[in-house]
Amino acid sequence: MPNTIPNRQAMCEALLELAETNADIVVLASDSRGSAAMAPFARAHPGRFVETGIAEQNIVGIAAGLAHSGKIPFVTSPACFLSMRSIEQIKVDVAYSGTNVKLIGISGGVSYGALGMSHHSLQDIAVTRAIPGLAVLLPADRHETKKMTKALAAHQGGAYVRIGRNPVEDVYGEDDDREFVIGRAVVMQEGGDATLIAAGETVRVALDAAALLVRRGVRARVLNMHTIKPLDEEAIVAAARETGVIVTLEEHSVYGGLGAAVAEVTAARCPVPVRILGIPDEPAIAGKTAEIFRHYGITAERAADEVVSLLRGRGAVGAARSGGAAAGGVADERAADMKAADAAGADVRVFRPAPAGPAAGGAPQ
Amino acid sequence: MATVEQLQRKAIQIRQDLLRLIHGAKMGHTGGSLSNTDILTTLYYGVMRHDPQRPKWEERDRFIASKGHSVESLWCILADLGYFPKEELATYCRFGTRLIGHPNNKVPGIEMNTGALGHGLSVSVGMALAAKWDGRDSRVFCLMGDGEQAEGSVWEAAMAGAHYKLDNLVGIIDRNRLQISGNTENVMGLDPLDRKWEAFGWHVVVVDGHDHAALLRTFEAAPEAAGKPTLVIANTVKGKGVSFAEHAPEWHHHVPNDEELRLALAELDAAMASLERSGQHA
Repeated sequence: MPNTIPNRQAMCEALLELAETNADIVVLASDSRGSAAMAPFARAHPGRFVETGIAEQNIVGIAAGLAHSGKIPFVTSPACFLSMRSIEQIKVDVAYSGTNVKLIGISGGVSYGALGMSHHSLQDIAVTRAIPGLAVLLPADRHETKKMTKALAAHQGGAYVRIGRNPVEDVYGEDDDREFVIGRAVVMQEGGDATLIAAGETVRVALDAAALLVRRGVRARVLNMHTIKPLDEEAIVAAARETGVIVTLEEHSVYGGLGAAVAEVTAARCPVPVRILGIPDEPAIAGKTAEIFRHYGITAERAADEVVSLLRGRGAVGAARSGGAAAGGVADERAADMKAADAAGADVRVFRPAPAGPAAGGAPQ
Repeated sequence: MATVEQLQRKAIQIRQDLLRLIHGAKMGHTGGSLSNTDILTTLYYGVMRHDPQRPKWEERDRFIASKGHSVESLWCILADLGYFPKEELATYCRFGTRLIGHPNNKVPGIEMNTGALGHGLSVSVGMALAAKWDGRDSRVFCLMGDGEQAEGSVWEAAMAGAHYKLDNLVGIIDRNRLQISGNTENVMGLDPLDRKWEAFGWHVVVVDGHDHAALLRTFEAAPEAAGKPTLVIANTVKGKGVSFAEHAPEWHHHVPNDEELRLALAELDAAMASLERSGQHA
């Protein structure tokens, strides 16, 4: 039974829970209470709900004034407008003045895929993560959205959160009791041969890619980088050191987003090949999210191919490395195999499964 | 609370302080600070409920300098009131200072960082709304420039202030009719400014922005209209108090040289002496 609860609805449920015990929680909307799924909050707490009309600059300024007076405002407004039209208010009234405003960019990324570039938010991460002191987060599913909302309410400081419009498949189980910590990546799957790093709705894609890779004999680590800022640098450095290659997936321009953030860290602390999968530098094509992802290769198949290609290219890198981690050794060995297969003109899929890998896959196709 | 004569004397002192400040740092917005000095002295010494010893006092009135560039008068007033040591004024705009060229809320007495025009009224709406929700009778005063009225966000906030019936909110426009490129009516016409604000649902009062008695009466009376925010159009003279800076657009951020400073301080000394003479006659 596929999940039918969108993240925005999960956020409203969490805010309703929080509001029962915390009278400072307030919600603002810019003629967006329906699309933000905040109508239940507006009905339950009309005295703690502010409608600003279609005025994104004003909504952020008002929220900053409310926060200055001790409220914990959650501004819910389409990500495409909130992150662009009101970016100066975010910079000055929230970040610079140090107000405790939570900016919730709804219908983010290409949620409004068929509506054109005006309604896509594919630069929001790049812009917001350059603003001093502003936390930047993307939840992967409804369960994480709830935990994130509660963590944000307890967190002192401004934050930008981007959530999508449509229900997304769960990546966490109903009873997953892992703690959500702002700034700490979640290892969704262990693996030592390569690392897939994703955020928001691409975490599901990364998990699917990891499953494909298992069939091709590669055990990939999957990191859910739900917080782009403050970034979990240690998780990235560990991934680079222990697995040697990284592929990132994001519903964002390839410039300045998750991939760029990861590459900034690896370049400085542990240089390894990084491939960034995202939306290229063009007005994105029209379509449903899945269609757009497929068009630009933000898919499990493409991510798996990129991993394999990086591992193949890394044969020389692997040989130069001495006494790497055990997992790295396996990958190195396989890279050498791939190089040999490549030299023989074989498909990249022709390589043997890792010793610890499952029986499936690895046979010549 | 101060008498009108005390306010007049204080305004002369603050004008002298800010001229020395700008002369010393070799930068600042001279014209705008001189034009808003009488408004600010009336608010800080005659109207607002505030306590320099308790800058975060919850019951205080809030002041938001939306035209953040005219900060020199504000720094001099906050120092004079004891929000921070007067000696710190010597650091104005120097390397690493917190007394920068715009309001900075690392300094006690400053609520919000401003400097980008068109932000202050929205923030003030949020503060006024919170005061209503919490049952506090704090008022929020927001000083805007007239050139600032061209920012669309001002009018978003104007709509919200009226929509939420924020009669604890007082917007003030320092209507000196000059902006950096010249006369406001030539740059981007604003008149009839009073009717625009009335049409947006505000109670509008037009007042001489250098008449302390009139300013006192106006601010103390607000809100005159229950359920409506008040907008005070304070007609002012850019560069007020220094004859050769008055009505001169170049004094928007012209820094007085040594001779100009000497002449300006002498003019203000003369104004003080004249006040004292008339005070003795009274």
